[in-house]
Amino acid sequence: MSRLDGKTALITGAARGQGRSHAQVLAAAGASIIAIDACAPNPAVAYDMPTAADLEQTAALVEEAGGKVHYAIADTRDEQAVAAAVAAGVRELGGLDIVVANAGIYPFGFAAHEMATADWDAVVSVNLTGTWQTCKVATPYLLESTRGAAIVIVGSTAGINGAPRSSAYAVTKHGLKGLMTTLALELGPRNIRVNSVIPTAVDTPMCMNEKVYRAFLPDIDHPSEEHIRAAFQRVHVLPTPWVEPEDVSRAVLFLTSEDARFITGTELKVDAGYTIK
Amino acid sequence: MLDINLTGAWHTVKAAVPHLIAGGRGGAVIITSSAAGLRGYPNIAHYVASKHGLVGLMRALALELAPHSIRVNSLHPTQVETDMILNDAMYRLLRPDLDSPGREDMAAASRAMHALPVPWVQAEDVTNALMFLASQESRYITGVALPIDAGCLVK
Repeated sequence: MSRLDGKTALITGAARGQGRSHAQVLAAAGASIIAIDACAPNPAVAYDMPTAADLEQTAALVEEAGGKVHYAIADTRDEQAVAAAVAAGVRELGGLDIVVANAGIYPFGFAAHEMATADWDAVVSVNLTGTWQTCKVATPYLLESTRGAAIVIVGSTAGINGAPRSSAYAVTKHGLKGLMTTLALELGPRNIRVNSVIPTAVDTPMCMNEKVYRAFLPDIDHPSEEHIRAAFQRVHVLPTPWVEPEDVSRAVLFLTSEDARFITGTELKVDAGYTIK
Repeated sequence: MLDINLTGAWHTVKAAVPHLIAGGRGGAVIITSSAAGLRGYPNIAHYVASKHGLVGLMRALALELAPHSIRVNSLHPTQVETDMILNDAMYRLLRPDLDSPGREDMAAASRAMHALPVPWVQAEDVTNALMFLASQESRYITGVALPIDAGCLVK
């Protein structure tokens, strides 16, 4: 089993969903956690965004898993806020070795030619610019790490295939591949590894909500759970409608651990076969 | 080359898969390809072709066996520090500019191919990736080509 003893990991979008799961799993593997999240509504998305109480709950779960935690409300679009949160976390926990750039939003519903510029900008600023700023702020600390540093950027199957009525999301997730591979080249000589995980639908509030159901099942007003399961199953080759946050976390743990010490520049799909179907 | 690397792998899978299905507990198939299964290298076209072919075999099997909850993935190592790599023929392949190249000459050329500052990886690193893909940690990962390549595919 992979271990991260003595290491500190920064996780963005940590208040709930995949980010919370990454925090719990990495903490259980021995890491200290710097957990940040915007914890604020975003007018571009139709689902409820997490709250400060959610982030506090993540911190409690990290401690329950045996990890130390520093948490702060910080929006990845705000470079100064992220820098301040990371600096405080590093002071408290000692150094930084791992970054899980997870924060992202998933607006849904408009074709590319019908989308408002404000909605386009909202996605690009969080998913792409926010991820870049996270990596930018964290990298000077990673360069100081002597314990094996690694970045994992959370992509999506929409970063490999197109995503109708979610073009900005697909564009940003494709863009993250360019960021990931470039960082892998820039930081490889300093022994920092940079990889992506590529989840399919994950059972979180971002993915499992009425808007997404309606897109998958346009002809059914109030789909039952059976309808939803069948619709999501159709895109996968393995017999599962979606994956759990922990399944993505296991891939993040593998990529950030010394088990993957020579793996860099790679997209690791946790997609139940979505992209080969 | 094709007999061993490609047809041999197919024979292996063909012999084993009925038992995986009969077990009724799902399962995992891991095919060892190479970084040369995902990019070209000069002067070893037969090797490159065989290793690319394994990706096709992996993807087809992943589709065919998924209904049985059998996952199929492939490993793509760069140079691994084994006898298959550390020999005079390989030294000459990577250092055609030298008359009688040795291990250190190959190491320099090999290091230059990687994003990480290493000339090769260890067999254990490939095993670690295999353990991840064989375990329940990766229960929803199938059809994936996983490089253990020190970043040579992005360089």
